[in-house]
Amino acid sequence: MTPQSTFMIAATVRVGQLKNLRALLASMNKVPGHADPGNSLIPFSRFDRLHFARFVIIEANTTHEIKEFGVRPRPWRPTLAFLGDIDGDTHTFLAEVADHAGSGLREIFSHCEDFSEENQNLLEWMNEHNITPKANYVNWIGRTVKQIHEEAALHQSLSAYLQKIVDDVGRENIRPLRQQLLSHVEMEKYQGRLTLSPPEPTLTEWKVRNLLHKTGVPLTLLLLSPLLLVIAPFFALRLRMLERSDPELFIRPDYKHIEELSAQEDWDVSNQYSVFGDVKPGLFRLLTFKFILLLTDWFARHVYNRGFLARIKTIHFARWVFMDNNHRVFFASNYDGSHESYMDDFINKVGWGLNLTFSNAVGYPTTRWIIKEGAQREHAFKYTQRRHQIPTEVWYKAYPGLTATDLARNSRIRQGVEIRQSNDTEIREWLSLI
Amino acid sequence: MKKSSDFEFDDLQGLLRFGYGKLTDTCFMLLNIANVDVAKRWLDKAPVSRAIKTNPSPDTALQIAFSVQGLRALGVNESIIDDFSDEFIYGMTRNENCSRRLGDIGRNAPRYWKWGSDVAEVPHVLLLLYAKKGCLEAWRATVEGEYFSQAFQLLKHLPTSDMGQIEPFGFEDGISQPEIDWADRHSTDSHANDRYTNLLAAGEMVLGYRNEYGQYTARPLIDPKKDRYAMGLPNAEDDLTLKDFSRNGTYLVLRQLDQNVSGFWQFLDKVSDSVPEKREQLAASMVGREQNGTPLIAEHIPGVSRKDHGNHFTYDLDPKGNHCPVSAHVRRANPRTGDLPPGATGFSVTASISRLIRILGFGQKPEEDLVASSRFHRLLRRGRGYGPVLTPEDAVKPDAPAAERGLQFICLVANIGRQFEFVQNAWIVNSKFDGLQEEPDPLLGNREPLMNGDSTDHFNRPTPSGPVQKTCHLPQFTTVLGGGYFFMPGLRALKYISALPANGNGGSS
Repeated sequence: MTPQSTFMIAATVRVGQLKNLRALLASMNKVPGHADPGNSLIPFSRFDRLHFARFVIIEANTTHEIKEFGVRPRPWRPTLAFLGDIDGDTHTFLAEVADHAGSGLREIFSHCEDFSEENQNLLEWMNEHNITPKANYVNWIGRTVKQIHEEAALHQSLSAYLQKIVDDVGRENIRPLRQQLLSHVEMEKYQGRLTLSPPEPTLTEWKVRNLLHKTGVPLTLLLLSPLLLVIAPFFALRLRMLERSDPELFIRPDYKHIEELSAQEDWDVSNQYSVFGDVKPGLFRLLTFKFILLLTDWFARHVYNRGFLARIKTIHFARWVFMDNNHRVFFASNYDGSHESYMDDFINKVGWGLNLTFSNAVGYPTTRWIIKEGAQREHAFKYTQRRHQIPTEVWYKAYPGLTATDLARNSRIRQGVEIRQSNDTEIREWLSLI
Repeated sequence: MKKSSDFEFDDLQGLLRFGYGKLTDTCFMLLNIANVDVAKRWLDKAPVSRAIKTNPSPDTALQIAFSVQGLRALGVNESIIDDFSDEFIYGMTRNENCSRRLGDIGRNAPRYWKWGSDVAEVPHVLLLLYAKKGCLEAWRATVEGEYFSQAFQLLKHLPTSDMGQIEPFGFEDGISQPEIDWADRHSTDSHANDRYTNLLAAGEMVLGYRNEYGQYTARPLIDPKKDRYAMGLPNAEDDLTLKDFSRNGTYLVLRQLDQNVSGFWQFLDKVSDSVPEKREQLAASMVGREQNGTPLIAEHIPGVSRKDHGNHFTYDLDPKGNHCPVSAHVRRANPRTGDLPPGATGFSVTASISRLIRILGFGQKPEEDLVASSRFHRLLRRGRGYGPVLTPEDAVKPDAPAAERGLQFICLVANIGRQFEFVQNAWIVNSKFDGLQEEPDPLLGNREPLMNGDSTDHFNRPTPSGPVQKTCHLPQFTTVLGGGYFFMPGLRALKYISALPANGNGGSS
């Protein structure tokens, strides 16, 4: 199995360079916000380990909101972030991009402070500026871009072939149908038209680290549990106090801002989402936020790694990143469907989970006991998330037209090719997927 | 306990409560305001029908709605307009993203519309006249009165015709409707809504009341200290110091949809090898009902009489769509899902554990629980068909008479984005609805390919035997000809508008 990793190269944009940088990034696009996969600066499609990538200029448009807490906003300079989700490890991937898109990256990063186009070791610089997320979600750990393309081709081929033979063989003759489909796959593989590469062996180092993480977090919590129990009542008390006193900001987002964001949306069946805001002031909120993200990361790695994040099945990748010395949080996701349906799904299916994390951020609607209300305060929630959303200058998806549900189905079809179903019900189920 | 008779029906336009089905003759007019003062004088006297039950039921009805331009033209202050939703203010054709989401691309693109394509030119006023058979002309003369033609410029007379309860393709229509909880008795709490119900909080359809989130939808409220004309408006329920301009009002969504009736039946005939039974079966599975409106699902909700079967069923026992395809029009337009996927209910320990497991997302197959919480996406439909009736039997004939036929689709909602636009986008147009592929709504979908070139012109019927029955290369059967968002105010708001001072600078300042 090849596990997935992330990268996020972030650097402050030079004074006076913002406009040029925006224009340069826009030159990579085919339609607003969507990368031309073969663009000359970074030909994304030639990196076959890359699932999603984006360039986003992180600006603190909402930083004044923290004034409501009696805190002076911290200064923030527009920051360029280049982030993506990949198969295998980050280091070798960055080396690969530095090799094959070095000049494009140099041109882009030359708009950033402390990068000089001539005498800079690009790879070194990128590694220095790489930020690791506090929590990361992968829809299906181990599913590679290569696998996704191979399985999509398999599905297409089987679907066309089934259509051709189903009337002759007979809809009810499921075993002969399966037999012919399997022979078809063998033939196509032999002809070189289909490939189903076996998974790569999992690196021992990753396995060990994963196991340590899987057991380490619960063990540590277990060890600390007496302490946590003692803290719990104080935590609850403090939490309720804050929940009652934290100002709720009911500010409708500017329509121009929404226009700018939506211009980039709904070209494909998937969309991108980048949001940036302040962590609520005080150690209590920061520690709660960090603790919740620690749990989120643990659950994402060890529990929710098979196609669903609680009840949400439309997120391909998501990450939570602390910036500005833990004073700000950046969240990025790649999801299926339109923005409105993404948010409604959030509210109606996992409002509690959203509340757990984002109630620690400025502007989030009031929660009760950290999981109740919050996102259910529909307008306040929808306003705040749109207000804090920032446009993505360039976005790349390696498999346009495919949703996470498509990917899961294609994998099940492939599974059925490799492991024979034992009974008729399973055969019917498999045939119905095609 | 509140009774539904406590509701302020006398301040509500009747369409929110009645479909006026017995008033078979209709006249839908799109107007621009020609003379503001005369228009206000006319509005002041207009016999607008209220949602009060009368015995005998009325012979006529009049309903009025305004576009944002209409409100502006009548002098409603910008500070009031600003508090309406973005969807209403900027319109159905507000940007390309909106058109992409609503499926208004290709042949549906606003540039081909007959009306409403330019946001700035959406008609000011929508007038809906209803009358018993043969009484329309007299009613129209009464409604218009003397100075109507001075007040308004008639932009378009939208065609309508009496088709009974049958829509132009030949299917019984208007069966699936929410039941508004006028008495405010049901709980909107998620715990009480695990399963699907037709009962809906009034605030989902009428502004100024609690919606299904238990919240008040954002809307224009006026400080009466700053606006002396606002005294006659109702109080805001959630802030008694303010007046509620929108209370007892609703958003009215209008779309003119052309239906290619002969194209529909002739295509079905072709792919059914001209076997009438096969053709009708395929048509029923595309619609999700028999022609007489019977759902394809046998199950009915326990405790509900079989008589009401038409609107009292769910798809819980047919998750794969073997009886009613997942892509069937009525299943897409209302998937009838509760807040949680099906499972044990009640307060026992096992039920609570089962509930927790489902909340955390476990125990579901990959294609299950993709569409939930239908209650937040309901529409109150009030459309009317137009064009000469063409029966399916005649429509399949090659010499079927051509004519303009279709639907003046009307729905009433309190939140255009979460209700109409969501349903149109995520459920109707989306070719990936509920885990499908290449399948938008068989009746309403445009057949525009996805960005990567994938086709969207399929319709699949799952079968218990396994392989789905595919129908490919569906042509586009419906085309959007026009549309707009309107606000249908309560009676007191209507009075407020007609009493605004003539200089056009009235309202709060």
